[in-house]
Amino acid sequence: MNPWLFVWIPGIAGFLAYFISNDALRRTLWLSVAFLHLIGSLFAASPPLTLFSGAWLGFDSLTALFLPITSILFLTASVYGVGALRRDARMPHPDRLPRRSFRFSPEAIFSGCMLLFLASMSGVILSRHFGLQWVVIEATTLASAPLIYYHRSRHSLEAAWKYLMICSVGIALALLGVFCLALAGSGAIETLTIDGMLARAGVLKTAWLKLAFIFILIGYGTKMGLAPLHTWLPDAHSEAPSPVSALLSGALLNCAFLSILRVHQVCLPCGIGDFSRDLLTLFGLVSMGLAGIFILHQPEYKRMLAYSSVEHMGILSLGVGLGAAGAYGSMLHALNHSLVKAMLFMAAGNILWMYRTKTASAILGILRRNPTAGVLWLGGFIAIAGSPPFGTFLSEFIVLRTLLDQSRWLAAAIYTLSLLTAFVGMASIMLRMALGDPNPTETREKLDPLCIAPPLILGFLALGLGVFIPRDLHLTLIQAAQAIGGFMP
Amino acid sequence: MTPATMWIGPLCGLLLAPLLPGVINRVKAVFAGRHGQPILQGYHDLFKLVRKGVVYSETSGGVFRFAPYLTLSAVILALFLMPMSGIRAPLSFQGDFLLLVYLLGIARFAMVLAALDTGSSFEGMGASREVQFSALAEPCLLVGLLFLSAHSGRVGLSDILSRITAGSWQDMPAMLALLGSAWFILLLAENARIPVDDPNTHLELTMIHEVMILDTSGPDFGAMLYAAALKLWIFGALLLNLILPLGPPSPWIQILFFMIGMLVIAAIVGVVESIMARLRLLMVPKLLIGATALVTTALIMKMAMR
Amino acid sequence: MMTLTVLLALTGVLLLGSSRLSISIRLVAIQGFLLGMTALWGESGFHAAGLSSGVSGMLVKGIVLPWLLLFVLKKSGARREIEPFIGFGASMLIGLLLMGLSAWIAWRMHLVEQGLSPALFTVALDLMLVGLFLIITRRKAITQTLGYLVMENGVYALGVGAGTEFSFLLEIGVLLDVFVGVFLMGIMIFRIDREFEHIDTDRFIELRDTASGKLPVEAGEGGR
Repeated sequence: MNPWLFVWIPGIAGFLAYFISNDALRRTLWLSVAFLHLIGSLFAASPPLTLFSGAWLGFDSLTALFLPITSILFLTASVYGVGALRRDARMPHPDRLPRRSFRFSPEAIFSGCMLLFLASMSGVILSRHFGLQWVVIEATTLASAPLIYYHRSRHSLEAAWKYLMICSVGIALALLGVFCLALAGSGAIETLTIDGMLARAGVLKTAWLKLAFIFILIGYGTKMGLAPLHTWLPDAHSEAPSPVSALLSGALLNCAFLSILRVHQVCLPCGIGDFSRDLLTLFGLVSMGLAGIFILHQPEYKRMLAYSSVEHMGILSLGVGLGAAGAYGSMLHALNHSLVKAMLFMAAGNILWMYRTKTASAILGILRRNPTAGVLWLGGFIAIAGSPPFGTFLSEFIVLRTLLDQSRWLAAAIYTLSLLTAFVGMASIMLRMALGDPNPTETREKLDPLCIAPPLILGFLALGLGVFIPRDLHLTLIQAAQAIGGFMP
Repeated sequence: MTPATMWIGPLCGLLLAPLLPGVINRVKAVFAGRHGQPILQGYHDLFKLVRKGVVYSETSGGVFRFAPYLTLSAVILALFLMPMSGIRAPLSFQGDFLLLVYLLGIARFAMVLAALDTGSSFEGMGASREVQFSALAEPCLLVGLLFLSAHSGRVGLSDILSRITAGSWQDMPAMLALLGSAWFILLLAENARIPVDDPNTHLELTMIHEVMILDTSGPDFGAMLYAAALKLWIFGALLLNLILPLGPPSPWIQILFFMIGMLVIAAIVGVVESIMARLRLLMVPKLLIGATALVTTALIMKMAMR
Repeated sequence: MMTLTVLLALTGVLLLGSSRLSISIRLVAIQGFLLGMTALWGESGFHAAGLSSGVSGMLVKGIVLPWLLLFVLKKSGARREIEPFIGFGASMLIGLLLMGLSAWIAWRMHLVEQGLSPALFTVALDLMLVGLFLIITRRKAITQTLGYLVMENGVYALGVGAGTEFSFLLEIGVLLDVFVGVFLMGIMIFRIDREFEHIDTDRFIELRDTASGKLPVEAGEGGR
């Protein structure tokens, strides 16, 4: 299986989508590409693992985990998106500009950018060459910025500007890191691949490698949403349309994380694994702490979800920073968090459609008003809070156990405190929204089935993972964890 | 090169300095389509002023009496420090470039004190502006001299200025060009030329240098005029030492080229004065900081090349 | 080579002091040109391997992008940068400090022993710091875009100094990224100007964490 297919097919489809004026045809193209991508990634991830390593793209244990996550999320987000667009077409947005002789319709831009977004994310996950990885990560920023601005309002413009600016600056710093990597390997092009660097692990110059890790951590960490570089995240993730938010939180942050992990992979055999692990732990704890504080009394519910993403990215970073079983927990958590966060954003999108406001205090009694939406919201809350039987409980617990095993009492205290703070914050907002007597305000109640099915499916997946992890998945997780310096005792 | 040739430079300066403002004014007149003052007008003015009586206002004190002569003596002393592209100055020792800067500073200080001593508000205003702008302009001179010192490895003015040859221009044309342009801006700023100060303006509110000598008369005024001309000569000499590479070994030809070079610089100043308008006073600090930025860039890049 | 690095450093400092936006854009264009020349002109004269990246760099960064930004500038009608948090004169002085800082860092890295050029490293670090400084302290969105371009120029200069030989495709990829990035920024600036009637990002305060109150309720109309 050629890894380039994962990039070219969505890419070409994305370009075509700009020019197709028939809505039904375009949506069919979009959904079929998403479906194909899912089939392809599941096939590539199933054992025996095809460890095909080309010079530019290749599969390995980490891609076997992250690529299917992205595919699942993209498919569900696309289905949800089609449902929302269909609903939108019946009731046009007041901000929508009248259709001029301008070539591209807004919906064409939306689906085109979504497909290009998928193509670039696949490129990031599959890339073996650090330079190529940089190019496609910047491409993800460029593909998603128009998506954030889809609603053409003042706020989304502001959010998209901050996103584009801050992420581009961060990624420029990461390019500096890539050049430092090149200097570590003394400049020849073959060594700028992961395999090349791993092969020459003995002769790499550790001073440049450390510098490279720092810059790449800061640069891609901006994209990942690690505090204190996360300032663009709440704005962007709350102003974007819900399927886009789901992808941004669930898939893109993982891609940025993977890019950092690739350099960590190189650091490990060179003897500076402790250095990179310490930095990851530090950023992880800071992210968790800051996010926990900001979740309290957050007036808008989508922003609250965005801060929760920052927190969970902190957990991911912390897990890998701990090593040992923590890496396994981190990988499992990446999977769980993506599923749950996407589900939550889609549920939030439904609520936004129903109540037409982003302020949490204006919404009451969703469960009574529309039971499906309420169940999705409540279910999402239980999942994100990390309580059993959802999978998030297992992954968060593994990380905690590793903290205690390594006798890091202070870190464990910060960890549990942050999770507790986030729980309290989210509970006070989400429970209040879901329960109680609904306000006698006028709302729209009928939800498009295409907007209900995807979050429901994601919820069931998350639930299932909490109860039972298939053997194949377990193996994949272990291999991924081992690649980044951990193991499952 | 006999020791006597050392003295030729400063002597020429003493004799020929009043020619420079004459050349500048002539060039400006030609641009304006007039015939203009005779080139030797500077000398006529000096002779006239020496023979005139002097008027002192009642509010001025002793400082005002002797400050012009202090200015003049400081500038004359500074003149004796200046080398002439290969010919050493009569007064040279290690670290004398600092003395040069300080002598020019003393000259300016005396002028400012005299201006404040008159008790007039116009002159006080001119004094404050002069001090502000010179505070921004002095780093330019110093950093430039530091650059030359770093390049040549010596600290004597005659030594560092004599190390700039045609070879240096081939090696580091960009940095020397930066230095040259910055020092040209400095020349315009320190000698109260457009675009920093307009010597022909009659509005006291817009003056800087002219307003400080508004109340001087007679021989005092002559001393100030002569000092200004000498200062122009000094800054021109600094610039010429950069531009004129060490050429033929014969000192007489060098001296000849030097004289011609000074007249050319005066002509260029005249051209600049004719083409440009005076900058707004708020913009002058930016110009001066820009000039400082030019030389500092050259210096830092030079240090980075090590 | 030395001339190129000195001129690059100069453009950095002058950029900090210019208040007219068209001059700033032209300075960045000159920077792009000079940068392309550094790729062409190694330490020892003309450097054929850098031909493709140098020429494409000169084209995109020296001509295409500045032309784009000048177009956006004309459409938005802005002329001058508003007095920033740190004034223009002070910015220039800080720029000189940053240059000194990068020279010191480059010196501390002992580059000559590794066969790298300290001058190019100094200029690269300096341009990155100047770009960051522009983004942080300036208020007009166009100047922030220019700051991003200057940062990219700095990183690219470091790449040239490090002797990294990216293949031609990758070079084109990087340039394409920068081009599309600036293109998107330009579109957004245009929209920002229409929506907000200014391109003053200091007035972007509506999205924040405290209870801001008045959110447009109709944002939920098409929400999903």
